[in-house]
Amino acid sequence: MSVFEGFRFRRLSSPIHRLDPRVKFLYVLVIFGIAIAFLEVLPLILLFLIQIPFVLVASVQREWIRSLKGASFLATLIFVVNFAFAYFGGTYPSYMSPWEYPLAMSLRFLVLVESFSIFFLTTSPDHLSLALEQSHVPYEFCFAFTTAVRFVPVLAEEAQTIMDAQKARGLELERGNFIKRVRNYIPILIPLIVSAIRRSLELAEAMESRAWGATEKRTNLYVLKMKSSDYTLIAVSIGMLIFGIYVRLYIPIPSLTMLLT
Amino acid sequence: MIEVKGVHFTYPIGVEALKGVSLRIRDGEFVAIMGSNGAGKTTLVKHFNGLLKPAKGEVFVDGVNTRNVSIASLARKVGFVFQNPDHQLFCETAEEEIAYALKNFGFEEETVKTRVTWALNILGLTQYRQTSPFMLSGGERKRLALASVLAWDPKVVVLDEPTIGQDYEQKEKLRQFIVQLNAQGKTVIVVTHDVEFVADCGPRVMLMAEGKIVADGDAKEILTNKELAFKASIVPPQITQIFLGLADFGLPTDVINIHEAGKILFDFLKEEVKP
Repeated sequence: MSVFEGFRFRRLSSPIHRLDPRVKFLYVLVIFGIAIAFLEVLPLILLFLIQIPFVLVASVQREWIRSLKGASFLATLIFVVNFAFAYFGGTYPSYMSPWEYPLAMSLRFLVLVESFSIFFLTTSPDHLSLALEQSHVPYEFCFAFTTAVRFVPVLAEEAQTIMDAQKARGLELERGNFIKRVRNYIPILIPLIVSAIRRSLELAEAMESRAWGATEKRTNLYVLKMKSSDYTLIAVSIGMLIFGIYVRLYIPIPSLTMLLT
Repeated sequence: MIEVKGVHFTYPIGVEALKGVSLRIRDGEFVAIMGSNGAGKTTLVKHFNGLLKPAKGEVFVDGVNTRNVSIASLARKVGFVFQNPDHQLFCETAEEEIAYALKNFGFEEETVKTRVTWALNILGLTQYRQTSPFMLSGGERKRLALASVLAWDPKVVVLDEPTIGQDYEQKEKLRQFIVQLNAQGKTVIVVTHDVEFVADCGPRVMLMAEGKIVADGDAKEILTNKELAFKASIVPPQITQIFLGLADFGLPTDVINIHEAGKILFDFLKEEVKP
């Protein structure tokens, strides 16, 4: 369950934590956009590296590394599958060797995981909800979204308990062939889903009994306000986006294969 | 026999749950592990069937170090009934639910059948044989979870908070059942907050506080000790509290259950009221 730990908010105080969530989300989108725009390894490596200072300033490096560790399995899978297709099917750009294209694909995935991890590690669910509300998303949706985010660790913990309970009844997750292994997860998934549904019904009742939705027009005690640091990040993000688009359109980027040969 | 030697355990999030626990539980013993929330009770018993492995120290079950064997092979000897039955029930019928673990342990088809019938019968669930576990009431689900563990006849049975959410009658039935199990030679380990329940069972009591065992002894001796109770955030049974208050009248203070109390009070009053 360590993957989830890498996205779970830590109540810390750092310049990154204090940034407006809307601005942070813009930054994540920009990184997302640039990562999608490039197929070459070099810019993706650069994109990966420029985010490390954010991690260090926010001092969430331990959790961040956890999220990367969790993502490494999927990244490897992406590499292997793409490599297989590139090598045997020949579906890769001609100026690259068959290993570079899959490498770029997994790097792209890591960059996305990295930026989302930074976003969720440094943004409290409350701020996220505020940001959504102030972006005129209906309150019901904001609430559903933040509740979902908030319950991820609870569910992860529950999944662990269920796993323990089934192991205590002789379930061996790692035994058998592939199909058997997938089937091994049924005794874990069913109780987990049942208890999640039960929990959501209970939550709904608890909320109704505390007069949820009684007032038509909700007001908030705290309101998000943009500060100078927020404007700086907006400028940096837009600058990065423009620079990224410019490079993409006008500057040819050498592939690693070309550099190495 | 379960032997725990100097066990330390820390959860990945950094909470040190056990800080050097040593104990020895002999075959056929009846042990209650008590203590406040977060004292480390559940963490300790999860070491008995290998769900958790000690960070430091050793745990031996029947002389085998839990580090060297799989959970499944330990589970065959140490049956563990979890606090919340909803964490384990998943089959379509109660019958399949009980058969699940038996199949995991590789019992033969015929044996599985007889064991399932036996387990449903002793916990009074026979009429629910074909019922979905999700349709049963809370108390019945709890009994089904217990039946599904007893079915494979483990030497040791660990029950985590068996009395939570049970009405008085169910609790009393469960108590008698557990006492009977123990009388038949099973080692029974109960993790609980319920002092009245423990007082009525009268087992060996281990009191935990902050990841350590602070007391280990007879139920009578531990539950009537005010300082110990305070240390482990438990309250002595109500009957004991009355007798502690009556100490000035020369009555014993180590009374924990109602039958004993009735007899003492009867004798006392007979003396006092004598013309």
